[in-house]
Amino acid sequence: MTAWDFTAMVWILSFLAGFLGALTGLGGGVVVVPALTLALGVNFRYAIGASLVSVIATSSGAAAAYVREGFSNIRIGMFLEIATTLGAILGAFLAGRIGTHTLAIIFGLVLIQAAYHSFKGLPEGDPIVESDSLARRLRLGGTYPAGGKLQEYGVRHVPAGFGLMFGAGALSGLLGIGSGAIKVIAMDRVMRIPFKVSTTTSNFMIGVTAAASAGIYLSRGFVDPRVAMPVMLGVLAGALLGAKVLVHARVRTLRAVFAFVILALAVEMIFNGITGRV
Amino acid sequence: MNDRRLETIISRLLRTGVLVAAATVFAGGVLYLIQSHSGRVDYRSFGPGSPALLSLSGIVRSAAQLQSQGLIQLGLVLLIATPVARVAVALAGFALERDRLYTVISLIVLLILAFSLVHAG
Repeated sequence: MTAWDFTAMVWILSFLAGFLGALTGLGGGVVVVPALTLALGVNFRYAIGASLVSVIATSSGAAAAYVREGFSNIRIGMFLEIATTLGAILGAFLAGRIGTHTLAIIFGLVLIQAAYHSFKGLPEGDPIVESDSLARRLRLGGTYPAGGKLQEYGVRHVPAGFGLMFGAGALSGLLGIGSGAIKVIAMDRVMRIPFKVSTTTSNFMIGVTAAASAGIYLSRGFVDPRVAMPVMLGVLAGALLGAKVLVHARVRTLRAVFAFVILALAVEMIFNGITGRV
Repeated sequence: MNDRRLETIISRLLRTGVLVAAATVFAGGVLYLIQSHSGRVDYRSFGPGSPALLSLSGIVRSAAQLQSQGLIQLGLVLLIATPVARVAVALAGFALERDRLYTVISLIVLLILAFSLVHAG
């Protein structure tokens, strides 16, 4: 393949991944890695390196808007980033030691979870007003705009949420993805933070989490500029368009179709991992 | 300094960082395609790659010589630096708000990031 063909094809695939990732809320990373490895035969390590930098671009771009609108809680984000960055360092360290076959199988399992959430939608819990004592001491509660006024909310179960965030960070560093779905579950379901605050704060945290493993990826040679360039530019452009369309689109049918696509990718990823083709 | 103001500053910083990084990557990408569009590429097997693109000093040197891959890599380094700068700005903001708890929490996150970047390089 010539450099021109490769760049053009990767850009198009990444654009689609970013577009679908933004529409479904799963992010571009979970699609771009299997697309690169399965469709174009890119080595798994180059794929996760390129995916990780694209994750920083989309999350920072989207976070810029959410923070300004007052949805993201920068205190919750900063506190939980202690857990996600530590996890990310562990994950990036392991990504250099574990064989690509095993990584492909783990990736496949994460894809199955993503397919499930794409199909069902992320679970939305009922927010609460009173924080528990640890959350009060950490001043994690806050307000967010709802129906034209500021709605107050409380936070609970901080240690459990913190632990899950460590796991989310480790998966992010291991597989070069944002692992936004796990972050949202940790905040919305476990810590009882309102869904809109959870999703936007998760997005806000993804960039910092990915930055903690990006340096390790870069120095190990996972980030090849010739692969990362079209991936980053494609995913970013796709995500920007996806965010614009999201307001008008009927997402339900699309999510269901997307779920089956991801499930197919998961099966192929696991199969290739077991047979040693990745 | 209050939380609203800090949020506005962070929002601007994130957007500017992503735009500058994307523009740098794009410029490097155009240069790369002009120079080697018909060259054969194959990324099936993983190799450590050019040592000049693995460290910050090597990347800056290569970008300063306007080498296409060095420019792309510089853009990616700027992108990685954007969330790190966001943590530093939040740290300064919390310190100005005299919020001691969150100044310390931001400092811990910044130290973890610094450890990972220093350890990597």
